[in-house]
Amino acid sequence: MAVQKLPLAKALNESLRKALETDPKVLIMGEDVGKLGGVFRITDGLQKDFGEDRVIDTPLAESGIVGTAIGLALRGYRPVVEIQFDGFVFPAYDQIVTQLAKMHARALGKIKLPVVVRIPYGGGIGAVEHHSESPEALFAHVAGLKVVSPSNASDGYWMLQQAIQSDDPVIFFEPKRRYWDKGEVDTEAIPGPLHTARVAREGADLTLAAYGPMVKVCLEAAAAAQEEGKSVEVVDLRSMSPIDFDTLQTSVEKTRRLVVVHEAPVFYGSGAEIAARITERCFYHLEAPVLRVGGFHAPYPPARLEEEYLPGLDRVLDAVDRSLAY
Amino acid sequence: MTVESTAARKPRRSSKRASAAGKPQSSEPQLVQLLTPEGVRVEHPEYDIDLSADEMRGLYRDMVLTRRFDGEATALQRQGELGLWASLLGQEAAQIGSGRALRDDDYVFPTYREHGVAWCRGVDPTNLLGMFRGVNHGGWDPNTNNFHLYTIVIGSQTLHATGYAMGVAKDGADSAVIAYFGDGASSQGDVAESFTFSAVYNAPVVFFCQNNQWAISEPTEKQTRVPLYQRAQGFGFPGVRVDGNDVLACLAVTRSALERARRGEGPTLVEAFTYRMGAHTTSDDPTKYRHDDERQAWEAKDPIQRLRTYLETEGHADAAFFAALEEESDTLAKRVREAVRAMPDPQDMAMFDHIYADGHALVDEERAEFAAYQASFAEEGK
Ligand SMILES: Cc1ncc(C[n+]2csc(CCOP(=O)(O)OP(=O)(O)O)c2C)c(N)n1
Repeated sequence: MAVQKLPLAKALNESLRKALETDPKVLIMGEDVGKLGGVFRITDGLQKDFGEDRVIDTPLAESGIVGTAIGLALRGYRPVVEIQFDGFVFPAYDQIVTQLAKMHARALGKIKLPVVVRIPYGGGIGAVEHHSESPEALFAHVAGLKVVSPSNASDGYWMLQQAIQSDDPVIFFEPKRRYWDKGEVDTEAIPGPLHTARVAREGADLTLAAYGPMVKVCLEAAAAAQEEGKSVEVVDLRSMSPIDFDTLQTSVEKTRRLVVVHEAPVFYGSGAEIAARITERCFYHLEAPVLRVGGFHAPYPPARLEEEYLPGLDRVLDAVDRSLAY
Repeated sequence: MTVESTAARKPRRSSKRASAAGKPQSSEPQLVQLLTPEGVRVEHPEYDIDLSADEMRGLYRDMVLTRRFDGEATALQRQGELGLWASLLGQEAAQIGSGRALRDDDYVFPTYREHGVAWCRGVDPTNLLGMFRGVNHGGWDPNTNNFHLYTIVIGSQTLHATGYAMGVAKDGADSAVIAYFGDGASSQGDVAESFTFSAVYNAPVVFFCQNNQWAISEPTEKQTRVPLYQRAQGFGFPGVRVDGNDVLACLAVTRSALERARRGEGPTLVEAFTYRMGAHTTSDDPTKYRHDDERQAWEAKDPIQRLRTYLETEGHADAAFFAALEEESDTLAKRVREAVRAMPDPQDMAMFDHIYADGHALVDEERAEFAAYQASFAEEGK
């Protein structure tokens, strides 16, 4: 059956399975990805079916995982690396930033680095410290990396395979609080390009731009705003590097207002980049300054406070009201 | 130990090379032991210990209370009072033995599982639960008991311990530092770098690795091809493997390593060979990767039971002692349960506290904005 209703986690699992089947050079690597199937079970059953040589339980060493993935890629493999949680990517940050991102350019384009680094990210699951971070801006800032994040099961299925097929390193952020949300996946569809944004809901008065975990919140906010007679468009950016500014510009030229929503701290965050670019592109169309809703300049708080820290429906609606008040 | 299935693997050059480089871990390691699993006292030529009956009862009490505290925390997690718990079940001897070897002025750098060491340092056990309940990220002042905050990022604290020990040496103090970590952590670059720094600077630090055989689902063989204690040699300091379920041996070996550090002779790696009897944490499912017979084999080496047998056969403890301890355990469990249930959620504004020592304009601004935003709901509610 081509169309199935799957939770995002299962869609990612199916996507990896498909990638392993299609290309013998694809490898899965990471801590606990084998028998356990990863702490979120995204690789569940893959080692059983593809063997320990292709689904590789690595030592507990993130720098080692990414560093050896680089070597395997240089040798013609396509490693898909799992970092167990967002907060644990930093031991590997050195390899990602100083090596993975730059090698293609340094070799004058003669070598390819088809490495995918999968990172479950973001909050909302009541976890302990270092398990709820949103470090996407730190990666998007680095030239040479591509950074994407699916918001639903269908994108999870397709974007992951596209990331694996890409000859560039892709940092693949998985919104962990959406792992259990079900969505329709058409495994025979022809997917859109990896880096295009998608208008997730049409509207006329204001555009909400989001990606990953916040798309659902924005869709809920748009539905709530509708009840108050406000027509809100939602753009799912899908990719944070590059960003599909054309789709966003088209939307903003129509609605004349933009609010950018993400979980990561607002300060120096991806919202700042989007606000600046859209202001440059749409200055004469804008009826209000581009507003941003996101995390505070504070360490991600203990679980019992995360609902206050994370942008929820109310904070998004509050920004919608502020924008419309201009 | 569970042996990974190798049936699917073709012999390849790379795998042959790997086995030539070092034998896989032997399952019957040479280890320092002073008390057998049957509770029989044995001698060791290098390490010995002379404890009074009172001191041994003390060690027993520490282990029993720690286990009871740990069990209560697991239960509290099951009842929804804690978001997560990392149990130390089976590792009591490694923690109490090493913890009781410490002097007050020594400094401890733990992982997230050192509840028994915290107990030895006098940290109120209820303080340990805040971060697992989700109300804080620490919950105690590290300098009150020279017990640093729990560290979740694997391996990081070994470098902090080394740096602290370098400071101790610079100050000309004669205290020592101990860093705890797991067998999985031994794969991290930070741990290798801490070995390098401590050796080069002759830092007074003891690396105490609790090899509990597993790093979540990965057995020690997925981290190393040589017994972990042998790593130290390549860095230029001694390594010793101790029976991690033998509290007397853990005490003796750690004490000796600490004394060596105090004498200015530099670091030691202690590998406490032990076993994680429960799940990695309460969100783990060991049935996916581990056989139960392995656990049963280790249950026969239980650290608490073996000391109890010894105390009983030597006549060091009577029924009244055990009964009183049982009662004390119940009291502790009750106190912990009540304290957790009474633990208040933090105030909203707490997330803006203590971010900078000297303050920060942006934080002040966001705090004020957030306060106004929260207040707007109160007004609406009127
Ligand atoms: C840098 C980093 N990577 C991954 C994790 C996720 N993680 C938490 S505990 C753990 C296993 C640790 O095993 P080990 O060091 O043997 O200690 P144990 O918990 O068995 O005592 C892993 C992979 C982490 N906390 N930090």
